Amino acid sequence: MSWFRRVEKGIVTPTEQKKETPDGLWYKCPECKTVTNTTEHKKNLYTCPKCDYHERINSAEYFEVIFDNNKFEELDSNLSSSDPLNFVDTKPYPKRIKATQEKTHLTDAVRTAHGQMNGLNLVVACMDFNFIGGSMGSVVGEKIARAIDFARQQKYPFLMISKSGGARMMEAGYSLMQMAKTSAKLALLAEEGIPYISLLTDPTTGGVTASFAMLGDFNIAEPGALIGFAGPRVIKETIGKELPKGFQSAEFVLEHGFLDFIVNRKELKQKLTDLLAMLRQPEEAPTKSAHTTQKKTIKA
Amino acid sequence: MLLDFEQPIAALEGKLREMKKLAEDSQVDVSEAVKALEEKIKQLKKETYANLTRWQRVQLSRHADRPYTLDYIEGFTTKFIELHGDRNVRDDKSMVGGFGEIDGRTIMFIGQQKGRNTKQRQLRNFGMPNPEGYRKALRLMKMAEKFNKPIVTFIDTPGAFPGMEAEERGQGEAIARNLKEMFMLKVPVICIVIGEGASGGALGIAIGDRVFMLENTWYSVISPENCSTILWRSWDYKEQAADAMKVTAKDMLEFKLIDGIIKEPLGGAHTEPEKMINTLRKHILKTLDELEQIPAQERISQRIDNFSSMGVVQEL
Ligand SMILES: [Zn+2]
Repeated sequence: MSWFRRVEKGIVTPTEQKKETPDGLWYKCPECKTVTNTTEHKKNLYTCPKCDYHERINSAEYFEVIFDNNKFEELDSNLSSSDPLNFVDTKPYPKRIKATQEKTHLTDAVRTAHGQMNGLNLVVACMDFNFIGGSMGSVVGEKIARAIDFARQQKYPFLMISKSGGARMMEAGYSLMQMAKTSAKLALLAEEGIPYISLLTDPTTGGVTASFAMLGDFNIAEPGALIGFAGPRVIKETIGKELPKGFQSAEFVLEHGFLDFIVNRKELKQKLTDLLAMLRQPEEAPTKSAHTTQKKTIKA
Repeated sequence: MLLDFEQPIAALEGKLREMKKLAEDSQVDVSEAVKALEEKIKQLKKETYANLTRWQRVQLSRHADRPYTLDYIEGFTTKFIELHGDRNVRDDKSMVGGFGEIDGRTIMFIGQQKGRNTKQRQLRNFGMPNPEGYRKALRLMKMAEKFNKPIVTFIDTPGAFPGMEAEERGQGEAIARNLKEMFMLKVPVICIVIGEGASGGALGIAIGDRVFMLENTWYSVISPENCSTILWRSWDYKEQAADAMKVTAKDMLEFKLIDGIIKEPLGGAHTEPEKMINTLRKHILKTLDELEQIPAQERISQRIDNFSSMGVVQEL
C-alpha cells in the first residue's frame, strides 16, 4: 500500500537535467551518477552501463523486451474501472481514473498480451506503476484472471511482471477479492501443468506480493527491486527503528529463500526462453534456437 | 469499557437496577415504573443499534468484551483438542486451531486469536499472525482434508503482522499460498468474520464455500484509520474512510462479496455472548448440512466460480 509515497530514486528532475544536458538526450543514473546517452540507455534496456542500476520501466518497454520484434496481440484492452462504491476522497474516483488515463494513455494498471518469445508462445501480464501506483482493483484482477484463462485454453506458459504498491483502496472490498480471484485462476493453471513465471520488479508490495506475485512455479526478480508484504515505512513504525540497508531488496528476498533467481533485464528474454525450453514435453516440437528464430518474422 | 453510544443505554440500565433494589428494600410496588423503564431501554437500544454508523460498527467489532475465536470454540464444542505449530519455525499464538466436536461431528476450527488483558494481548500479538501462523493454519486445513473433516475459520485480525521477521520469513508468500491452496480443499470450508477483517491478513484464512460476517464486524482492504492516513494524510478522517470504503457486513453483502450476515444480540455480541455462541453454532451446523450435500469437485468449482465473479469493470 505504498504507492502514495513519492518515489525518491528514479529519473532526475527536469530542472537538474537542464543544468547539465539538453532536454531528453541524456540519462543520469541515480545510483552512480553516470550520464548516458538516452539512445544508449534504451539499447541497454534502461539499465545503467556502469553499475547496472535498473530504471523502472512500463509495460510498453517490457513487451518490447520480451516479444519478438515487439509483435503481440493485446488482450482485454477495453476494460476500464467502474466506481462501484461511489468513492470520494480528496477527489472522486472516476475523475482520478480519467485524469490518470489521459496522463498515461493507459486504461488501468495492467496490460495483458500474447505473442512469441524466441519463437515460444507466451502470455504476459505486465503492471504499470505510473497508473495509481500499479494498484490492483477489479480491472487489474479481471485482466490477469482472463489472461490466465487464455493461457489455460491455449496451453501457453504465463509470465506475470509485477510492479505494484498493492490493492487499490478506492475499490476497497472488491480490490481485496482480486487477490482471491487471481489465486483461484493460478490454482487452475497449476492443475494443467502449465508453467507460471512470476517476475517481481521494483517495487512489488502489499496484496500483490500476498497473491499472484509469490505464486510462481518460478519466482524471479530484477536486481535491487523492493519486494515485501508490508511497506518499509509501516515496518519502521512497527519496530520503531531504522531498517538495515538492503532490507526487502531482491537480493535479501533471494537470500531468505523466496526467489528462484535474480535476473538482469538484458538476460531476461534468453534466460526465460532457456527455462521454458527445458520444461517442454516430449511430444512438442523442438524449439529453434534463439538465433535462428530472431531472423524470422513471427506472426503473433 | 463503554463506547460513547452505549453510555445512554448503560445509564438507563443503572437506573433500572436502582429502582429494583429500592423496591426490594422498601417493599414499595414499582412494577409499573420498572415495566415502563424496561420498555424505554428496549426502544432506545432498538433505535441506537438500527442507526449505527459504519464507524460505530467498527468500534463494536473491536469491543474488548466480544467473544473471540477460542470463546466460540470452547463455547460450542463438547470436546476440543488444540493443535500447535507450523512444523517449521514455531507456534504462532495469534492463530489457533484444532479438532472440535459438536453434536458428534468433528470439525477443524481455525482462527485468529486476540487477547483481553495486556499480557494476553502481547501473547496473542494483538491477533496479528506471522507467516508461521498462516502456515500452521494451512497445515491444519490439509490435515482436515486428509481425514475428511470440514473446516470452519474465524476471522478476527487488524492485519498480518508487519514486522521484520515476518518479512524475512515471507509473509506475502505465506498468505498467497493459503489463498491458492484453500481453493482446492476437498472438504467443506466455512469462513466467519467475527470481529475485524483487515486486508490480506484476514483473507489468508477466508477462502471458503460460504463466507459470513457477524452483524457488527468489518471486512475490507485496509482499516479505516490507515485509509484515512494515506488518502487524507491524517488519522482524523477514519469515519469518512469507513463510509467511503463501505466496510460493514451489510455493504459487503450488497456487493455480493460475502454470502450472509449473522445477526447479533441487540446491543452487540458482547452483551449476550452465550446467545451469540449458540446462534453461531446453529448457523455452522445448518450450513455444513447444506454443503455436505454437494459433491467435492462441484463444491470446489463453485468456490472458484464464486470468487472469480467478484469485481466490477466496464468495457470502453
Ligand atoms: Zn549507475
